[in-house]
Amino acid sequence: MLIPCPYCGLRSHEEFTTLGEAGRVRPSGDDLQAFADYVYLRNNVAGRHRELWFHAAGCHAWLTVERDTLTHLIHGAWPVNETPTSEAHTGNEPANEAPAP
Amino acid sequence: MSRRYSILSLLAGALRGRSYWQPAWRDAAPKAGYDLVIVGGGGHGLATAYYLARVHGMRNIAVVEKGWIGGGNVGRNTTIVRSNYLLPGNAPFYEHSMQLWETLEQELNYNAMVSQRGVLNLFHSDAQRDAAVRRGNAMRLHGIDAELLDTRDVQRLYPSFDFDNARFPIKGGLLQPRGGTVRHDAVAWGYARAASALGVDIIQNCEVTGIRHSDAGVQGLETTRGLIATQRVGLACAGNTSRVATLAGLRLPLESHVLQAFVSEALKPLILGVVTFGAGHFYLSQSDKGGLVFGGDIDGYNSYAQRGNLPTLEDVCEGGMALLPALGRVRLLRSWGGVMDMSMDGSPIIDRTPIDGLYLNAGWCYGGFKATPASGWCFAHLLATGQTHTHAAAYRLDRFSTGHMVDEKGQGPFPNRH
Repeated sequence: MLIPCPYCGLRSHEEFTTLGEAGRVRPSGDDLQAFADYVYLRNNVAGRHRELWFHAAGCHAWLTVERDTLTHLIHGAWPVNETPTSEAHTGNEPANEAPAP
Repeated sequence: MSRRYSILSLLAGALRGRSYWQPAWRDAAPKAGYDLVIVGGGGHGLATAYYLARVHGMRNIAVVEKGWIGGGNVGRNTTIVRSNYLLPGNAPFYEHSMQLWETLEQELNYNAMVSQRGVLNLFHSDAQRDAAVRRGNAMRLHGIDAELLDTRDVQRLYPSFDFDNARFPIKGGLLQPRGGTVRHDAVAWGYARAASALGVDIIQNCEVTGIRHSDAGVQGLETTRGLIATQRVGLACAGNTSRVATLAGLRLPLESHVLQAFVSEALKPLILGVVTFGAGHFYLSQSDKGGLVFGGDIDGYNSYAQRGNLPTLEDVCEGGMALLPALGRVRLLRSWGGVMDMSMDGSPIIDRTPIDGLYLNAGWCYGGFKATPASGWCFAHLLATGQTHTHAAAYRLDRFSTGHMVDEKGQGPFPNRH
């Protein structure tokens, strides 16, 4: 899999580590069950899945990546503090061409 | 249909040519309703059905499978069986499984090629040796066989390993002599045949598309082959558990990940038993056909794809080359991937769910095959009696909110690290 890092271009997923499902929100307050659900439960989607990746051997950016868990096709990657849009960084547009070997 | 195999029947059958070999189990069509339905016709589902029929006398039951028997993880694993676990929540369960493996073929009247050729976990440093001693002692306290080997012992068993590796010297290993391998397809076929003979309906190409339930509990299953009425449902869907549970509105402490395995061309006998490399994640055995069967870590990202990526293959082969340099001269014959239901603490779940009549058997991570008989045994016990089996007492669904994790590796809620 090649991940289109918005900062570094198309890079092998070996350079990244993943933290799984994106969009889990830490609950405020002291509802212990809500907190356990936040830590342990997952939607575990089969299909398009937004997840967190960290470019450990690259720019050290956290990214939100939308990837299909049935096909491994990557639909886009965004810096984690940006809202994913339909205008994704897919690695296909000229600005994201893979660096010369 | 349910003829009993023996040496005499096989000899007589050989004289009668192919007419002797009839289908070993009924390819059943779904009835309108059952006392109980198991979703998932893999090893665990079929074993559960068999023990429900044999031990608990439940005959009006069915196994529904979206594909065909033996097409999922029970046919996609590396066939290793062992019970070398450390934690009290795990050891009795897996040892129960080991004991069921030892009598499986007599029990099922089916040749599953159970081969107790020994499972050896190598260690490469003093710290790893200490951990192996601790694990071995824990196993012995649970009545499980364990032997500590030094370098010379390992050298005697496996002279082809690299004993001059300066970075990862082989200091010894922890051996479980009763561990070994089992012909995985035959496990599915043997359980299917024996369950079918007891009256269990095995329904293939029957995907569950809905779980009908109300406040009173489960009412039935919507499937691609029609509605099946039942008030008790056991889920044994391995990597697809979350998808099926979603049909009942449940979110589970699971992530699905891909694990790859590899088989080389056939060689003359080289590897006696099952060996794991301790300085990376690599395990190796040799099938009776001669192929080297090996694997390593899961790829590490959520996947339902039943295939992985090349960096994992490279990592596995690096481990292999560090252990057995001759591996570099062997050609890879095939590789494949399976979808693992990775749980949040690396241990399974055999428990009821918040929905009455809906029961869960999941979270096997990449250790589900060895657990097949005990998983079936304990899940059948839960489904039939409503009571948790003693050996599966730790595998509760609510342990994640009560803090009673069974985390063999101590990794925390990161399924891709278990």
